[in-house]
Amino acid sequence: MSEQKSYLPDGLAAPAALPDGLDTPYWEGIAEGELRVQRCRSCQTFQWGPEWICHSCLSFDVSFEPITPRGVIYSWERVWHPVHPALKEAGPYIVVLVELPDAGRVRMVGNLLGDPGQEVEIGAPVEAVFEKHGGENPHVLVQWRVA
Amino acid sequence: MTSDRTLRGKVAITGVGETTYFKRGQAPDAEFKLALQAILNAAKDAGIDPREIDGFASYSNDRNDPTRLAAALGIPELRFSNMLWGGGGGGGAGAVGNAAAAVATGMADCVVVFRALAQGQFGRFGQGRATAYVMGEAAMTAPYGLMSPAQMFAMKVMRFMHDHGIKQEALRALSLASYYHAQKNPRAIMYGRPLSEEDYDDSRWIVEPFRLYDCCQENDGAAALIIVSAERARDLPQKPAYLLASAQGSEYRAGAGVHNAPTYASSSFTLMAPRLYEMAKVGPGDVDVVQSYENFTGGVLMSLVEHGFFKAEEANEFLVLENLIAPTGKLPLNTSGGNLAECYMHGLELQIEAVRQLRGTSTSQVANAKVALVGAGPMVSPASNMILGTGETL
Repeated sequence: MSEQKSYLPDGLAAPAALPDGLDTPYWEGIAEGELRVQRCRSCQTFQWGPEWICHSCLSFDVSFEPITPRGVIYSWERVWHPVHPALKEAGPYIVVLVELPDAGRVRMVGNLLGDPGQEVEIGAPVEAVFEKHGGENPHVLVQWRVA
Repeated sequence: MTSDRTLRGKVAITGVGETTYFKRGQAPDAEFKLALQAILNAAKDAGIDPREIDGFASYSNDRNDPTRLAAALGIPELRFSNMLWGGGGGGGAGAVGNAAAAVATGMADCVVVFRALAQGQFGRFGQGRATAYVMGEAAMTAPYGLMSPAQMFAMKVMRFMHDHGIKQEALRALSLASYYHAQKNPRAIMYGRPLSEEDYDDSRWIVEPFRLYDCCQENDGAAALIIVSAERARDLPQKPAYLLASAQGSEYRAGAGVHNAPTYASSSFTLMAPRLYEMAKVGPGDVDVVQSYENFTGGVLMSLVEHGFFKAEEANEFLVLENLIAPTGKLPLNTSGGNLAECYMHGLELQIEAVRQLRGTSTSQVANAKVALVGAGPMVSPASNMILGTGETL
């Protein structure tokens, strides 16, 4: 997969874990090809983005749990106007907001792989693709393709 | 709510001031000087000595510190300085509410609400930053090419349009209304630059569903409003614009990270609008003119729905140009040209326009306007709104 060209060109800022450790298990997970979100050990509520406390029962006993890397498209946008130097020649690209029904319907942002001109259907099922980036700041992005 | 716990009728906007509005990066003066100019213009308009000002309120991390302003202006005693948290223009109406609360409770007597922007001197809003690393929420969005405000909000609007079958023409009408009114306003950046349906349809996509003309400008300039007690306002030369209500905030878990707000496809006003009307003791049918912050037209669409002017399912029918223009439309909207076509003064120009409508001095005047509603910074959190009324509404 590292041979594969990434969806967006190189040169965008690389993601890094927060220094306070709040989201570290997420980044460790995707580096190993495992998608994790927060889940409260007390009341089982899923939560995303990460926070120190469960918004439902206010327990601090919040863990990261592996989830099924499948979802449905909740919303989307096709970006035409680049706002970053690395994207000047990138042409249109699609950002999707994916809802994860097996994880309390939390949502994640990614790109929809494939033709950037494709018709996008809200509600369409998608699956995660772990996209490896090498170079100076190696990292993994979680992308989506229509399942 | 007891009668004591309200801002209704307790204070008034009695002076408004602006600098000349400039295209982004073209202001000839430093941002701080622009702020001073707008404040002095507002004091002059109010008919007060600038040294009566004893408080400052702003929003969106305005860079012009009240302590420096007070020193520069020779203010005898600074009694109130206040910043409403949150980015974008979400705090514009809330800053008026904060100033009003200070005056109504006797913490200060004369508070100026101001905003100054010189994007040539400082950074731009609409550009991503070139850095090696991103952390936190940005780490889960920016590497996917989602970084500008337009990109952050487009998916809310896309979902709202999908849920309610709203067509692009509805957004177009909102843009056309602002440009229509700007043609009558010599202060407007887009004065003399009319926009047709064809111009809109032919314009490039920025990020679907926003075309170029769905997006606000970025501008330089400054604006200010003077808030005093209702009693004091009656002794001053201008016809007072009384604050009937102000609200600020957001919905349940609006700040849930990475686009996880439960009420996602929203302008942030679903809870705030009913609260605003309750304090103002008016309903949507009583509102004569609306100034609704256009960061993007889609935010105005949702704001108008959430403020009860029409149902989402009626948007295609309601949002046509003839309904949105002064003086004949059912709901005259952004009558100075707004953020799209007058000036992006982070929405403070919209609040000034609301005051002008109640004074009867707008360049697109609504006949006998008594109640004006302002919505600030839709889709951000916190957002804010306010209702102003003439003396007859008290």
